Amino acid sequence: MTAHPPVAAHHLRARPRSAVIPLAAVCALVLGTALTGCAQQRDGDVYTVMNSSTDETYHRWDAEAMARCGERLGVTIEQQSVPASQVMTKALRMASSKSLPDIVQFDASEMPTFAEAGGLVDLRTLGLETEGIPEGIVDFGSYEGTYYGAARSVNTLALFYNKDILDAAGAEVPATWDELRQTAKKLTQGKRYGLALSAGGAEDGVFQFTPFMWSNGGDERDLDSPEVVEALDYWKALLEDGSLSKSTVNWTQADVNDQFMAGNAAMMINGPWQVETLNTKKSLNWEIARIPVPERGADSVGPLGGAVLTVPDTGDPGRQKTAGRIVACMAGEEEQLTYALNSWMVPAHGEAAAQWREQVPELDALADQVAAARSRTAQLGAGWSGVSLALQSAFQSALTGQSSEAALKRAQQRATSGN
Amino acid sequence: MTTSTAPAPAKAPRKAAAPGPDRARRRRLAQWGFVAPAVVFMLLFFGYPLVRNVVMSFQHYTPKTFFTGEAPFNGTDNWSSVFQDALFGKALWHTLLFTAGSLLGQFCVGLALAVFFNRRFPLGGVLRSLILLPWLVPMVVSGIVWRRILDQDTGVLNTFLDTLGLGGNTPWLTSPDMALLSVILVNIWIGIPFNMVILYGGLQEIPKELYEAAALDGASAWRTFRSVTLPMLKPVITVVLVLGFMSTVKILDLILALTDGGPADATQTLGTLTYQNSFVELDFGAGAVVGNVLILISAVFAVFYLRANRTEGK
Repeated sequence: MTAHPPVAAHHLRARPRSAVIPLAAVCALVLGTALTGCAQQRDGDVYTVMNSSTDETYHRWDAEAMARCGERLGVTIEQQSVPASQVMTKALRMASSKSLPDIVQFDASEMPTFAEAGGLVDLRTLGLETEGIPEGIVDFGSYEGTYYGAARSVNTLALFYNKDILDAAGAEVPATWDELRQTAKKLTQGKRYGLALSAGGAEDGVFQFTPFMWSNGGDERDLDSPEVVEALDYWKALLEDGSLSKSTVNWTQADVNDQFMAGNAAMMINGPWQVETLNTKKSLNWEIARIPVPERGADSVGPLGGAVLTVPDTGDPGRQKTAGRIVACMAGEEEQLTYALNSWMVPAHGEAAAQWREQVPELDALADQVAAARSRTAQLGAGWSGVSLALQSAFQSALTGQSSEAALKRAQQRATSGN
Repeated sequence: MTTSTAPAPAKAPRKAAAPGPDRARRRRLAQWGFVAPAVVFMLLFFGYPLVRNVVMSFQHYTPKTFFTGEAPFNGTDNWSSVFQDALFGKALWHTLLFTAGSLLGQFCVGLALAVFFNRRFPLGGVLRSLILLPWLVPMVVSGIVWRRILDQDTGVLNTFLDTLGLGGNTPWLTSPDMALLSVILVNIWIGIPFNMVILYGGLQEIPKELYEAAALDGASAWRTFRSVTLPMLKPVITVVLVLGFMSTVKILDLILALTDGGPADATQTLGTLTYQNSFVELDFGAGAVVGNVLILISAVFAVFYLRANRTEGK
């Protein structure tokens, strides 16, 4: 009898103790799989493209293009879409965990940052050719002379106007700053503003300021030059005339489009990516023109926008080679035209652009604007983001009361001290 | 009790040989086994990022670091460049105003509503649950909706003020002088339900006898509130304010959705600044500095909170 109690007691004590071991084992297993999950194995014939096509339509067009190219090259191409603002940070995280996708579609203004960090492969070494692509667009996809990004299509800004309103007022389409100012004033009536543009505190606002800055001979390296001050004074004048809404400083380009569609603005500065939305309102009779210039005869220089396909350095030359072929297919003439017709953007390739003009004559002005457009990062490369932040702050200060000169002087100081 | 020692050797000789120290060691092991998951969790998800963030603030941490893994130490360069930036001082001041203003507004309105709903009346429950609605709407959604409501020309609020003849041309989000106030007002609207719910719960816990006693003593309503309700509610008030502080001081999403830090940096807070440094300029060292300042502010507040709790415990 005496022998049993201790054994029983031993068993009683042993039960909770032995539970610790399996529990710990399960914990270790969960943790282990969670950690190994990071280093995913690349699948032989499956290639991944990361882009920002989170809209249903864009996602579908891209999926179709990838399916066609995949079939042609005998591989499977998978699409991974993340919000535009997260492409860069996600790609950086993937770089540190050595799990970069085979192809990343960057916004062209972000590409130099990734290239400067040493993350991209020279597309020319992968057999891509730049023949037939206008020089400006090759530069758009290049960083320090190396061609890293193939553009499928490009976009820029143009002046959109409500034809019915202009006709009713007997107004001509403005071509110079003075004409724009007068026309906008004339068209401002009741709740309707003559012009809408975005001066929001993000890249949208800066994108919209550049055509005014550049067409006036200003430069992003010299923010406090008289040319830039004059461009900002021009924006201020439009606001003081009452031709622009005071909410301009809080609007994104999508907000501007909403205002135009709702009839709250007779004209707007915007890009072709809005066309799909604009066309959903059948009663809206809109047309586009080039952005007015300071003096008659001056060049209208807009900002070149759009995304480029890049091949990140994954350390696997064989896969990179195939990735290069996929980029060549997706950015090829044929796919460019299909994509451009779907998305209302201008094909990057010269001949494709010529065909596109014939098929979409109403956007002819846009093709002209693209031909003369300028890349935001051509001068500053990865330094653009700092200048962009300084510039946002400057035009918002000026539009809400400060003098343009003081605001831009501060911006220039901030931009140069930050780098 | 002697049973366990005498005959045991026959059955399990090794285990009984040194029962004292062995059993104690096992027990300690088992105890550590239970504590270990919590310790590992804390170290992995709180300790590591915290230390990493402090270290990062002394490093030249750029996009290149993600490829090479190299982030050279640059002493206090990040710190001095952040502190010299005029925007940092501005953001710090805005953060303080935003936090103080939001907490004051949320707490006062929340407390008033909690006291109001503490009395039973028809439809009280329905109304109380309706007031919870702002809490259920995701922050970004409220931000976007409020941005439309507060639009100077086409916003509902200005249109409403206009029909009332109160001049409906207030530049809510478009004037640098008004924007911070508007953002605080929206945040108060969002925070009221949280304050009300917790304070209401606290009020329900106060024994009714105390109010009866106060009534017998002839205390006025205000006197009862001051001498019975407030002191009894004090622990709950501390919790509400501390939790409110923690979620308010690090505000980011609401401001990004409402103003993006603008116009002209009028609504830049430490939260938006660290976001801008890290994820727009990709200067992770500078972003870490601002993040550390934010952690430091929270830590100071947490110490005060623990102090207050300790004196209460005595």
